[in-house]
Amino acid sequence: MIPALLVMAGIAVVLGAMLGYASIRFKVKGDPLVDKIDAILPQTQCGQCGFPGCKPYAQAIAKGEAEINQCPPGGEEGVRKLADLLGKEFKPLSAEHGTEKPKRVAFIDEAACIGCTLCTQACPVDAIVGAAKQMHTVIAPLCTGCELCVSPCPVDCIAMVPVQETVDTWKWKYPVVQLKLAEPA
Amino acid sequence: MLASLFTFRGGVKPASHKDESSHIPISPAPLPDLLVVPLRQSAGGAPQARVQAGQRVAKGERIGAADGEFSSAIHASTSGTVLAVEPRPLPHPSGLSAPCAVIEPDGEERWGERVPVDYASESPEALRGRLRDAGIVGLGGAAFPSHVKLRPGAAGRIETLIINGAECEPWITCDDLLMRERAEGVSRGIAVLRHIASASRVLIGIEDNKPQAIVAMRAATARMADVEVVPVPTLYPTGGEKQLIRVLTGTEMPFGRYGAEYGVQCFNVATAYSVHRAIDLGEPMLSRIVTLTGNVARPGNHEVLIGTPIDELLKLAGPKPDTDRYIMGGPMTGISLPRVDLPVIKATNCIIAANAALFPQQGPEMPCIRCGACTRACPAELQPHELYWFSRARNFVKAAEYGIFDCIECGCCAFVCPSNIRLVDYYRFSKSSIRAQEREKAAADAARQRFEFRTLREEREKAEKAARLAAKTAAGRRAVEGAGARPAAAEAATSLPPLDDEKRALIAGAVARAQAHKEGSPVEPTPPQAPVQG
Amino acid sequence: MSTSPHLHLPISIQALMLKVLAALLPGIAVYVWFFGAAILVQIALASAAALIGEAFMLRLRGKPAALFLADGSALVTACLIALAFPSIAPWWLTVSATLFAIVVAKHLYGGLGQNPFNPAMVAFCVAIVAFPSPMSQWPAAGFADFAAQMRIVFGGQPAPDAMTMATPLDALRTALSLPESRITVAGAVGTHPAFGAVGGKGWEWIALAYLAGGLWLLQQRVITWHVPVAFLGVLALIATGFSLGNPDRYAGPLFHLAGGGAMLGAFFIATDPVSGATTPRGKLIFAAGLALLTWVIRTFGAYPDAVAFGVLLMNVCVPLIDMGTQPPIFGRKGSQRGGGTP
Repeated sequence: MIPALLVMAGIAVVLGAMLGYASIRFKVKGDPLVDKIDAILPQTQCGQCGFPGCKPYAQAIAKGEAEINQCPPGGEEGVRKLADLLGKEFKPLSAEHGTEKPKRVAFIDEAACIGCTLCTQACPVDAIVGAAKQMHTVIAPLCTGCELCVSPCPVDCIAMVPVQETVDTWKWKYPVVQLKLAEPA
Repeated sequence: MLASLFTFRGGVKPASHKDESSHIPISPAPLPDLLVVPLRQSAGGAPQARVQAGQRVAKGERIGAADGEFSSAIHASTSGTVLAVEPRPLPHPSGLSAPCAVIEPDGEERWGERVPVDYASESPEALRGRLRDAGIVGLGGAAFPSHVKLRPGAAGRIETLIINGAECEPWITCDDLLMRERAEGVSRGIAVLRHIASASRVLIGIEDNKPQAIVAMRAATARMADVEVVPVPTLYPTGGEKQLIRVLTGTEMPFGRYGAEYGVQCFNVATAYSVHRAIDLGEPMLSRIVTLTGNVARPGNHEVLIGTPIDELLKLAGPKPDTDRYIMGGPMTGISLPRVDLPVIKATNCIIAANAALFPQQGPEMPCIRCGACTRACPAELQPHELYWFSRARNFVKAAEYGIFDCIECGCCAFVCPSNIRLVDYYRFSKSSIRAQEREKAAADAARQRFEFRTLREEREKAEKAARLAAKTAAGRRAVEGAGARPAAAEAATSLPPLDDEKRALIAGAVARAQAHKEGSPVEPTPPQAPVQG
Repeated sequence: MSTSPHLHLPISIQALMLKVLAALLPGIAVYVWFFGAAILVQIALASAAALIGEAFMLRLRGKPAALFLADGSALVTACLIALAFPSIAPWWLTVSATLFAIVVAKHLYGGLGQNPFNPAMVAFCVAIVAFPSPMSQWPAAGFADFAAQMRIVFGGQPAPDAMTMATPLDALRTALSLPESRITVAGAVGTHPAFGAVGGKGWEWIALAYLAGGLWLLQQRVITWHVPVAFLGVLALIATGFSLGNPDRYAGPLFHLAGGGAMLGAFFIATDPVSGATTPRGKLIFAAGLALLTWVIRTFGAYPDAVAFGVLLMNVCVPLIDMGTQPPIFGRKGSQRGGGTP
């Protein structure tokens, strides 16, 4: 029995040494994980996750300080991708951080706009064009729907409107399998 | 003479049903009461409308100019009055609408100016511009702007021009009739195309179930040098561009590469005919031959104006009462129309009235048993069942890796599947999801760039401001030390001007006005279009 | 709104399964001729068990039972089990093995199209490992007293020696387990009463009948040539090579091809689409691997027949085989396979 124990212990030591060597010799340099996580996030820079932007959220996830289900604009799809990347359990979107809404863009009611530039300063991606006392307008293709401009507006002239589907952006639906179709009545 | 033909793997042979409509000559469709002409009928950019409601237009008048190089112009199919330029439903599986010009014909068929051109005396560049402005797009079904296809490729030249007269889908006979009755026009169009492309030879591929068309085209092209009519074996989908190129030249083209890179280019016979009309007669693309067939009393081919409502057109054919749906296109690739009051567009080659006898409903979808029938049938030599599994799992990375974009959506796989799986639906779902993801990713990347630049800009502004502040303070301090005066100026320079009553009143007034405006007459913002990126 | 394609071949899973059953009929007929009608009882038992098991599982899983019961796949599994087992196996063995195949090997993995292992072969392996004795009671050729056979199947008594006879593979196994100097293959199987002209009296005719059925399946395009040709070819090749080298130790190719489950396996079992390889090259590799394993286990292993074990082992390798043998795509030959997005 003793020889058997010694043999098993010896194998364990050898394998452990090999693994240790490999972990040093083949260590991955740098921390690409944050970049990989950031690549999955939708870059809305809205702050709904509780962090000031997508990169800080990515850093927090990488450090393990944040859950992966805090990003509503990324949606369930985004949580799944993060779960895949990090080998974590998929969790449904955390309700306290907001719900997944259909994509909307900001729209300024030009009749009411007073040209105060508060929304221009609030927009994290510079999607609002305008200067002091000049008309402000949202460049719809650049708007990410983060809604950060809505509250600063003193005259409350910014509305979030849903983005309309066009023939170019229309997507085929997931085919629904109707197994009961031909069941005899 | 072509040495021999090549083959492609796979393919299926559904019952052809061509005889129903192939023995009747082409007849012109009568002028409809209304024309709904979608402004964009090709791949590429949407033309801007050049007409407005109330305007009178002549037949062939340009109502939408091509938007840049990758776009095609659109014209009024007949003379009349433009009632409106507004979104109308399109014959598209989504059922969505797009801007259309609604024209009320005046019955006069009054042409605008028609300028025939001697193609031999013009440069290929100029001729391509004319094709673009004449609205010539591929009439085989894809509606790709033809002038873009005639651009010289990376290899420099298009050596072989292929004319696609295969018409491999069952039921459709419009190209067959066109070749039989208007072979002369087709051959003239081929001459123009060949001149533009500077091709050394022309191969006209026609399936061997159309012997009369082969004879007619041979006769029409007899005196043209290096033009050969090649009968190809009847097999679906020999008429697919990649498959026909393979059969006639042996070249295999993957997704993402274009014919010009391999020195070949392929055009449908009807496109060639339109080219003849555009260049030799100065007539832009206003009409096309449409096959009306299926469960109808009077099947046949008609020359139809673009924009004719399909329900009016169907009256010519007389659909029988047990018709349950209409298919636009062929039975293997066509779409089931969501409604019939949709316009005929440039891509409409056929309308089939379907009933339960001709197009029986498929059984329920069973699980895939990996029998491999789909793999044996696929002309793109893909593994359709693997693509099915990946699409089902929404594993788009793997689906792309296994070549889902090489799928030409011919339908051979679903045709042979013993489990009745709607395979092509899965592939279409995957492809559109992947494309949407790409668009979102591009938008997200752009947003990240702008955000990073903005952060940079703010920091830079902060730094500049701090520098200015430091400079002013230093100057102020120097002034204080120099003159001993109180640093009121410095203070004033570093703080914001105080809000005086006048300014306060102005702001309050504006807020009040806005409030009143909002309560009084709420303005409905028009929803913006979705951003089209990528 | 229906989507393209709007046409479909008049083909269904049921049609495919019925063709497979039809192709088994010649084999079953010859079986009855030589070994009596007990096999029909076994088929009936197995079919009943399969259908009941499948109905139960479908109900449990909330699937439409009528639809799936009608597709015929359970019946094919049942027939193959009945043909692989001795026809005088006790009824409880057949029934429990079939239930295991349907419930565990098929439905617990997800039902039709989702089983990684061939259910019939799973049943065979479970039975032969758990109940080696009843599984080695093979009927004697020419002994067709139906009543006596029924007494064994349902009566619970072990078969009297007069009724059973070792199969040629059994004879080979016994012979090879004896010290080399004393016995030769030819000697052992040549003088054995079971041994007919080629591979066993009765068994060789059954093998021929399976071959006929299999060729018909090929003609009907239900199966492709890759698996049968590769399996029989490689098996024959290996057997030829070794038997030429040492005919005293190694049985010849015809013996291997006609004996045991080789023919049944080549056309009906290894060609199972769900658990087998899906690419043409993959099928060749699968079948070749199967042939090698079959020969090795038959010659050196502890069990007389090896097709079942070989099939299960190759089923394990199928995902890897499929991954590695993806054929090149139209237009992408000579370069790396890779789709790419727009």
